[in-house]
Amino acid sequence: MRGNNVLGIIFPNVGDEDLSELTTLRSMGSVPFGGRYRLIDFPLSAMVECGMSKIGIVTKSNYQSLMDHVGSGRAWDLSRKNGGLMIIPPFNTAGAGLHSTKLEALSCAADFLSHCDEEYILLCDCNVVCNIDLEEVFDFHQKKGADITVVYTHGTSPEAKTLTFSFGEDDRITGSRLADETDDADFSTGIFFMRKALLERLANNALMMNETSFENVFVFEALKNLKLFGYRYEGYFRAMDNLRSYFEANMSLLDKDNRHSLFKSEKPVYTKNRDDVPAIYGLNAQVKNSLVTDGCVIEGTVENCLLSHGVHIGKGAVVKNSIIMNNSYIGDGVKLDCVIADKEVVIKPGKTLCGDPSYPVFIGKKIVI
Amino acid sequence: MSRKHECIAMLLAGGQGSRLGVLTKNIAKPAVPYGGKYRIIDFPLSNCVNSGIYTVGVLTQYQPLELNDYIGNGHAWDLDRSDGGVHILSPYQQIEGTEWYKGTANAIYQNINFIDRYDPDYVAVLSGDHIYKMDYSKMLAFHKEKDAACTIAMLEVPWEEASRFGLMFVNDDGEITEFEEKPKNPRSNKASMGVYMFTWKKLRQYLLDDEANPDSGNDFGHDVIPAMHSAGERLFAFPFDGYWKDVGTIDSLWEANLDLLNPKVDLDLTDSSWKIYSKSNPATPHYISSGAKVQNSMITEGCEVYGDVDFSVLFSGVTIEENAVVRDSIIMPNAVIKSGAVIQYAIVAENSVVEENAAVGQRPEDMENVEDWGVAVVGAGIKIGKGAVVAPKMMVEEDMKGEDEK
Repeated sequence: MRGNNVLGIIFPNVGDEDLSELTTLRSMGSVPFGGRYRLIDFPLSAMVECGMSKIGIVTKSNYQSLMDHVGSGRAWDLSRKNGGLMIIPPFNTAGAGLHSTKLEALSCAADFLSHCDEEYILLCDCNVVCNIDLEEVFDFHQKKGADITVVYTHGTSPEAKTLTFSFGEDDRITGSRLADETDDADFSTGIFFMRKALLERLANNALMMNETSFENVFVFEALKNLKLFGYRYEGYFRAMDNLRSYFEANMSLLDKDNRHSLFKSEKPVYTKNRDDVPAIYGLNAQVKNSLVTDGCVIEGTVENCLLSHGVHIGKGAVVKNSIIMNNSYIGDGVKLDCVIADKEVVIKPGKTLCGDPSYPVFIGKKIVI
Repeated sequence: MSRKHECIAMLLAGGQGSRLGVLTKNIAKPAVPYGGKYRIIDFPLSNCVNSGIYTVGVLTQYQPLELNDYIGNGHAWDLDRSDGGVHILSPYQQIEGTEWYKGTANAIYQNINFIDRYDPDYVAVLSGDHIYKMDYSKMLAFHKEKDAACTIAMLEVPWEEASRFGLMFVNDDGEITEFEEKPKNPRSNKASMGVYMFTWKKLRQYLLDDEANPDSGNDFGHDVIPAMHSAGERLFAFPFDGYWKDVGTIDSLWEANLDLLNPKVDLDLTDSSWKIYSKSNPATPHYISSGAKVQNSMITEGCEVYGDVDFSVLFSGVTIEENAVVRDSIIMPNAVIKSGAVIQYAIVAENSVVEENAAVGQRPEDMENVEDWGVAVVGAGIKIGKGAVVAPKMMVEEDMKGEDEK
């Protein structure tokens, strides 16, 4: 089944609090990742690649950078007359506060949902990175005759509370709980698939009962009288549950196998184009095991790093095991190890900064050292 | 009928560029890749947008498929507009029959209807195969200030090269007093860059007259401009002193690419106030491995480098395997250089594969006879077999068998 009968909903603010260093100025969806991407690029591209063409982004707070990034949706071919990309900002009636759960967020989007005539709906968060073939999820859902399909993966579950599942025969979910970090767990990727009518009915009922927890309604309560199935995803997967895992996930892309399983030529990941000049390597540049984006100018030594657009590495600088984001300027002779530099950071010549892989040093946006 | 536009541009992109040989076998010269992620036509198109000209007619004729596909709706250059924007203008059938564009002037003549739709006061006629950054709005202001019928952008070239160009003699006010087309003994080094600004009312009449003249070659440089000159029209030269290159030959294409690595060359593509736009496919940042050595080079998205790259330009999606060496060379999109292959002073075109231990090109200092030296070229989609040798100056148009296949 192709995705043209499926409405996509993305929650760019889910998990914001887990990565507070990077999300004070932005939503999880617009957190930079892998040199040139933002986290929302992964769910958006996966949706577009399976033929979905109407996608709503239900925002909550700090979404200016997100809007700047997605724009009209042109980069994902979502700038359309029919459907395309729709940003759904919070809708507050007098006296009501900001929505704090996914369920409340959905109720903000109720009007949008009611105007869509797609039969199915797919929900995604932005705090995980994977490249999933959603068509297979749709087929799985049909074949199993499921009411709700949840995409899960196997491994050590994230530090933040995450849904873990136990299964009966034939991939049917029989039990679930919200667990802290657990080894060897089958845990949720946050991707849910169901009929839109079912989602609207469950969400309406829940709100009438003053229920606000997404998990209660769509998993714990639903298990009692609906058929929940788990689709097992086997490919590249990382959850952004703290700064350390964010660091590790970025670094994992320096491995060829990881890189090729996340970025497949037949399932490209789309992102905004900045029209930068190709990266320029100077006479004494020494670059090893690194990912480099257009617009960089490298005159020093770079090892095991991810450099985003427009990064400048000065002469004699030695930058190791670090993530340097858009337009940051690393002066001559600077030494960096295990550093995450947000956008537009300036590190003046001669400075030294060292972190540890288990505790990378974070330098906030536009900070001058 | 469209709204009136003060100035529109007509971009001549029909050139074959026959001296680029195998590189323009299937594409027009303006579509030739340049500078890691660009094609030559990105320069005049980006200049137009940056100069505030949002209506551009692109005149195509030779092998237009790739060029048409590349330009698409013009989105990459912000030229997808509801009023104006980019238009591909190919020769078309008319009641009197079908005619190819006979010359540069005839190409504009055949599209008088297109230009009239916008009722412009001025029309810029640009060449689609030069690399330069130029603010046409300044040229237009100059043109208006001088109340000229035609303004020609002018570049001072080295005297020894002057005989390759159309030359001009200019008085103190900037007015052109005399022309000389590619003279053997140049008396001026002020060359025409092939960038014209016309007052449309005047040009329109001269195009009609030129078409009616059976002896005319229908060319701007040879026919229309001299006719305007002898009729006493006000012709002015607009001085330009930046980087300008006509990449007409393999050597000049190779040189123009490597110019980007020379900090002394006055072509700054990093200037964010004058971006050169291009259309690109989604690709990851490029990867440089632990064993790789990259110096003094330009590398773009989608590349994977495991070998040595020195003084070279790699286009998107290029793979350089372990122990491969690329020096002083241009590797175009999606080419693969396999392990142990050595590429020196060469251009490897799109989607080509150079198999293990093959050698393409040579350094001039390694030649017995430097006279025989030249840049080696591997055409698009060609496979150079294992251990095969491509001599300097050679142009490979068909797959070359490797040692194991003979």
